[in-house]
Amino acid sequence: MDILTWGRNPWDQPILTHISWDLLWASLFAGLAFLVAHASYMVFSAHRKRHAAETDAMEAARGDLPERIRRHSLAARLFHWVMAAAMFVLLFTAFLPIAGIRFPWVMWHWMAGLVLTGSILFHVLHATVWLDFWSIWVGPRDLPELKAEVLRELGHEVPGPRPGKYPLGNRLYHLAIVVVALAVVVSGLFMMVRIRTPFFTRNPYLFGDSTWGLTYVTHGLAGVALVGLVIAHVYFAVRPEKWWITKSMIFGWITRRQYLEHHDPDRWAISPASHERT
Amino acid sequence: MAVIRDVMPAFELFQPTSIEDAQAVLNRYGAEAWVLAGGLDSLDWLKDRIKRPQAVVDLGGIAALRGIREREGGLEIGAMTTLTEVVRHPVIRERYSILLEAAEAAASPQIRNQGTVGGNVSQDTRCWYYRAGWPCYRAGGNICYADTPEAINREHAILGADRCVAVNPSDTAPALIVLDAQMVVRTAAGDERIVNAEDYFVGPAIDITRMTILEPGDLLTAIRLPATWAAAQFYFEKVRDRQVWDFALVSVASAMQTTGSTIDRIRIAVNGVAARPLRLLAVEAIVQGRPRNESTAVVAANLAIDGAQPLRFNAYKVPLMRNLVKRAIRGVEATTWTS
Repeated sequence: MDILTWGRNPWDQPILTHISWDLLWASLFAGLAFLVAHASYMVFSAHRKRHAAETDAMEAARGDLPERIRRHSLAARLFHWVMAAAMFVLLFTAFLPIAGIRFPWVMWHWMAGLVLTGSILFHVLHATVWLDFWSIWVGPRDLPELKAEVLRELGHEVPGPRPGKYPLGNRLYHLAIVVVALAVVVSGLFMMVRIRTPFFTRNPYLFGDSTWGLTYVTHGLAGVALVGLVIAHVYFAVRPEKWWITKSMIFGWITRRQYLEHHDPDRWAISPASHERT
Repeated sequence: MAVIRDVMPAFELFQPTSIEDAQAVLNRYGAEAWVLAGGLDSLDWLKDRIKRPQAVVDLGGIAALRGIREREGGLEIGAMTTLTEVVRHPVIRERYSILLEAAEAAASPQIRNQGTVGGNVSQDTRCWYYRAGWPCYRAGGNICYADTPEAINREHAILGADRCVAVNPSDTAPALIVLDAQMVVRTAAGDERIVNAEDYFVGPAIDITRMTILEPGDLLTAIRLPATWAAAQFYFEKVRDRQVWDFALVSVASAMQTTGSTIDRIRIAVNGVAARPLRLLAVEAIVQGRPRNESTAVVAANLAIDGAQPLRFNAYKVPLMRNLVKRAIRGVEATTWTS
């Protein structure tokens, strides 16, 4: 299987042109293989859940908390779903033609790309000014939580820290998406300079052949990575034990019981009036 | 232009005598197979060493692909029928004379003796950047060398460009579109697929690496001419740099049915202006029911060029196309017009 495709420019120099589309199938396979592996593990393993009695006791002790706890503001939810729609349009317009389903895809692709770019800019601003910016990021301080979460997944009873607002898996996924989406958006915006759009005067010579090649390869690698990442995301969104998180992205709130069962109140503090910064 | 090196790269040559055998080879080699019809486009590619197929499938020995037969009031032309046979066929001369004109304008007599109608409609673009083997979009790369600030793009597209600005070079294509022809394609799976002529060609927005819908393993086996437009009032004109023989800068074909001076029905198509021959549906709609006169022709001509985006050296194609459409609407009298 080839990873990259090469050509020769008019000066007979070897230049990168784009990734091999074999990588699309590799990413698709990897995403589906992960899905099957994880689903099998969840069926056959003894991963540990908090006992109902334990949650009952916590809920009784925290009767001061509201019944519904806001997890995502309307703005955050709108961003998420606009970004998701743009992402699906981008993936379908990029990869269906490669899979043999042909249609005029270029205009839809860059338009969805601009929607994605706009939604990311909004998200960065919104998260910086109105949300707890650092609650979604991961760092060395999360290592004890990582260890505890892994051990719980393996069926062990461990007292280690529980997640704050976002489970560790969410935060790791967010980190991956940030890296990949930024790569695809930045490279895509530069690639728009090469095609006819109402926004730019075409300039095929903005970069040299080598830089253009790297730009196309970056875009392609990020694009095929998104295939696997989106498969994983959709898979977790529809898993029964994660459905409460998905519902919160639709309705904006979780129940007091879900909050106490899945989160560490010390790391995601909720004021009794529920006017917390989300 | 690439330098012709005379010695072609080695390939396996297959000369099947049946469509089934040909497709068996095509399926075996997939994208590494090359279909050889008359060979006039193919040998350029092979001798320039730009295309390096593992297998060449010569269709010349398949009798089922040759000849012109009457069918359901119309004609069925085998894909391997030569342009000379098309030009000389009495029914085509009598009822589908626009195809005769187009086939005759396609090439010199020697080339018409060898060139086939299937090859003429399926040939690749003449963009010299692409044919020189540079890694342009059409060749699987990421740039159109003909759409750069210093590109020599006098023959390239003014309409329908999408990253690639190459144009379709076929002369018979617009004639077949106005005759409402159907292309009979045998797919790699062995199924027969009937496609309207206008849908046989694809632009870069749909598939930037192909000029037609043919996928690896597919074969164009025949072209059917229905009786619908037989003996209509036809107009075909091809403008080229050298009147003796050359590819079209712009060509126009129309078929019209009139009552008195009123245009009842019309089909009109142009080529040489986009990566696929364009049927001018908006023009057809606006002239239908109108008198066939100069004012209708002017309206049609101006509508035809709507959205044209000339490149650095091909702005001349805009008035050229406008005038050809005007002449096609107005008819032969219009050939004396000045623009």
